[in-house]
Amino acid sequence: MIPELGHFALILALVLSLVQAVVPLVGAQRNSMALMAVGRPAAQGQFFFIVFSYVCLTWAFIQSDFSVQLAASNSHSATPIMYKITGVWGNHEGSLLLWAMSLSLWTVAVTVFSRHLPDAFLARVLGVLGMVSAGFISFTLVTSNPFERLLPAVAEGRDLNPLLQDPGMIIHPPLLYMGYVGFSVAFAFAIAALMSGRLDAAWARWSRPWTTIAWVFLTAGIAVGSGWAYYELGWGGWWFWDPVENASFMPWLLGTALIHSLAVTEKRGAFRSWTVLLAIGAFSLSLLGTFLVRSGVITSVHAFATDPKRGLYILALLVIVIGASLLLYAMRASKLTGGGSFAFVSRETALLGNNVLLTVASASVLLGTLYPLFLDALNLGKISVGPPYFEAVFVPLMTPVVVLMMFGPFLRWKDDDLVAAVRKVAPAFVASVLIGFGSAWAVDHVTWRTVLGLTLAAWVVLASVQLLAGRFKERAGASVGARLRSITAAWWGMWLAHLGVGVFIIGVTMVGSLDQHLDVKMKEGQHAELAGYTFVFRGAVDADGPNYDAARGIIELRRGERLLDTLTPEKRVYRAQGMPMTEASLDIGVFRDVYVSLGEQLADGAWIVSLYYKPFISWIWLGCVLMGLGGVFAAADRRYRRLAAREAAAAGQRVAASA
Amino acid sequence: MKAKFLVPLLLFFGLVGFLAFGLTLDPREVPSPLIDKPAPQFSLARLDQPAQSFSLKEMQGQVWMLNVWASWCVACRQEHPLLVQMAKQKIVPVVGLNYKEVRGDGAINARGMALEAETAMAIERARRWLTDHGDPYVLSVLDIDGRVGIDFGVYGVPETFLIDQNGRIRYKHIGPITPEALKDVLIPKIEELRRAS
Repeated sequence: MIPELGHFALILALVLSLVQAVVPLVGAQRNSMALMAVGRPAAQGQFFFIVFSYVCLTWAFIQSDFSVQLAASNSHSATPIMYKITGVWGNHEGSLLLWAMSLSLWTVAVTVFSRHLPDAFLARVLGVLGMVSAGFISFTLVTSNPFERLLPAVAEGRDLNPLLQDPGMIIHPPLLYMGYVGFSVAFAFAIAALMSGRLDAAWARWSRPWTTIAWVFLTAGIAVGSGWAYYELGWGGWWFWDPVENASFMPWLLGTALIHSLAVTEKRGAFRSWTVLLAIGAFSLSLLGTFLVRSGVITSVHAFATDPKRGLYILALLVIVIGASLLLYAMRASKLTGGGSFAFVSRETALLGNNVLLTVASASVLLGTLYPLFLDALNLGKISVGPPYFEAVFVPLMTPVVVLMMFGPFLRWKDDDLVAAVRKVAPAFVASVLIGFGSAWAVDHVTWRTVLGLTLAAWVVLASVQLLAGRFKERAGASVGARLRSITAAWWGMWLAHLGVGVFIIGVTMVGSLDQHLDVKMKEGQHAELAGYTFVFRGAVDADGPNYDAARGIIELRRGERLLDTLTPEKRVYRAQGMPMTEASLDIGVFRDVYVSLGEQLADGAWIVSLYYKPFISWIWLGCVLMGLGGVFAAADRRYRRLAAREAAAAGQRVAASA
Repeated sequence: MKAKFLVPLLLFFGLVGFLAFGLTLDPREVPSPLIDKPAPQFSLARLDQPAQSFSLKEMQGQVWMLNVWASWCVACRQEHPLLVQMAKQKIVPVVGLNYKEVRGDGAINARGMALEAETAMAIERARRWLTDHGDPYVLSVLDIDGRVGIDFGVYGVPETFLIDQNGRIRYKHIGPITPEALKDVLIPKIEELRRAS
């Protein structure tokens, strides 16, 4: 009964999303307040029914109702409750429902926080979001109904994929989806602006916080996903250029460009058509990512059920949503030229340069991801594109991005003197190069990659310090507190996020240059050495969990005579699917991780043990945290709230005047 | 409308063309390394007569299928009626590989269970399942510990291997056999193999 209620609620949500997609748009066109006002309750009602539907599905999982096909295939009565709940989105149907739910959540957030927007504009935004929502809910209902019954019911379920039975997987998909789907708001704002022909600084200002928050979610989601891959897949890698990872990375790159482009449009009125295109592009790549993951066009380690019918449906959705918006863009963009002019040497140029580079980077990831498909389609054979391609493309593209990223903030808007600007940053730049060579030499690893990475990282850090110092000097004479207060949250956001990039580069460079790895055969009492550490194998014990059998290795981590940690990697076999899994064990430190995973047991009782030494790896995620924090600061800037209040007041006056 | 603003749209349509074509391809067709190789040798106890064992030699000279199943496998239940129907129509002899009957079942803790006890339990469960759902198999063999499954590269149940007269694996079907897969892929392949001999 409850699954049927959920199914019915989802159908109601679809009906409401259609209402939301049509009525407010008609209202905006006819200038009818009554019709426009339908958007808000429709969006909120839709949210209610989707959440209700989602709760019903979760209930089937919690209750181990194996007459529901999805629960039977992805849950098990012995699965811990936490993974019963997260199992709901560990599969195709459930993750679509999560997608629809987060879209609906964003829409409701727009209805709540954008009361000050002009009615016609808000109506159009809600209409666009309603269309996307209708597309996805109908996709779910028609091709991937999560409430499908399995009759007669089975006695026991197949359990959730053991890889996904992990705390990281509890938060990774919701964060990622919030980010992906969040770009729909920037997209809807852009489309609404194109429809109304009103693409001005106000539009950019309204879009900015939404875009930034979506970007923060996406950053966090990607970081958590990569952290999960690092400790769960058992071989210490943190990024694999897997198609599914790329699907989230492409919108991130374009979203980063969009954030910066919006800044220019807001401040200087420039780049308007470019900003609109980026807004369409970021969301299109989110949709494309969904297509790639869901259609089975590209194989990936992320095993989701694939079905060509679904692929066709998403492709049709893609054609309608992206095709229509690009057509609208083609029709309206010629009106968007103009805006503040700027000289070649100016902050605008630096931002434009980086936007172009980020877009090219995004395109190159797209190319690498789809290249096997292109070749296959042209009958040129089956190949796969691996990390060497992406690394070869990425390093040369990102190097100028990082240089420009720190140079831009030293430049003035509109026009600046190149010689003076270069003179300002030259000492930091030269020092960075010296630090790059010096530190590579100090760690005894002078390769061009290490030198380049460390130079860039030093450049980011030194330039950040110089920027902050410069900002501090602006108000010489004022107290330290007053000087700090005079810096806006938005500026701190920019500063932190850029610094985060530097920290990230340190992590990537160090782990890429200096990590060490050793596979050894160990018997009880034997020891191995790696990177100055001693690993003593104290045998393996049984450590069965609720839904798996496991052997747990006991390994002492020593430095000289001192015991640092006892590591307990596990080899698990999940009973329902008979699937073996390795659970790595880590000794996490600021400057290095020691990472141990347990391999197979040999006939003579010895175990294969993999030992890894990963210098500075946590800096990768520390960098991501700083970037995300920067986004939070930027979105929390007071001026958005002040402006919102002022615009609301102005709107109130207009109403009063017309009355 | 200026032509340059149409560029994104045109690029997008080019991309859509490729994606649409991509849907007609099957990336999972990346073949199992065992395709066209001799099937791994094994000798396992028969389910109907556990004292006797079965090996590949017995099927020499005919085209046949090896179907991996277990009573705990949900998807096997889905494909089973089709197998029963195939048996009635005598389409192709199918040998069942009963895979990890006891230790594969999450509801049972098989650790520490003696092999004899596990085997007895597996026979009991598997026979009951075939009685309940019908037995489409020429015979079934018991892969208690899943070692033969490993040799065949089984990574999920059910899976089905099509093996030719010379004992070579010619095709592998992953997941439950659907009526479409049977009609469009398996039967044509079986007929092709029979003609080739």
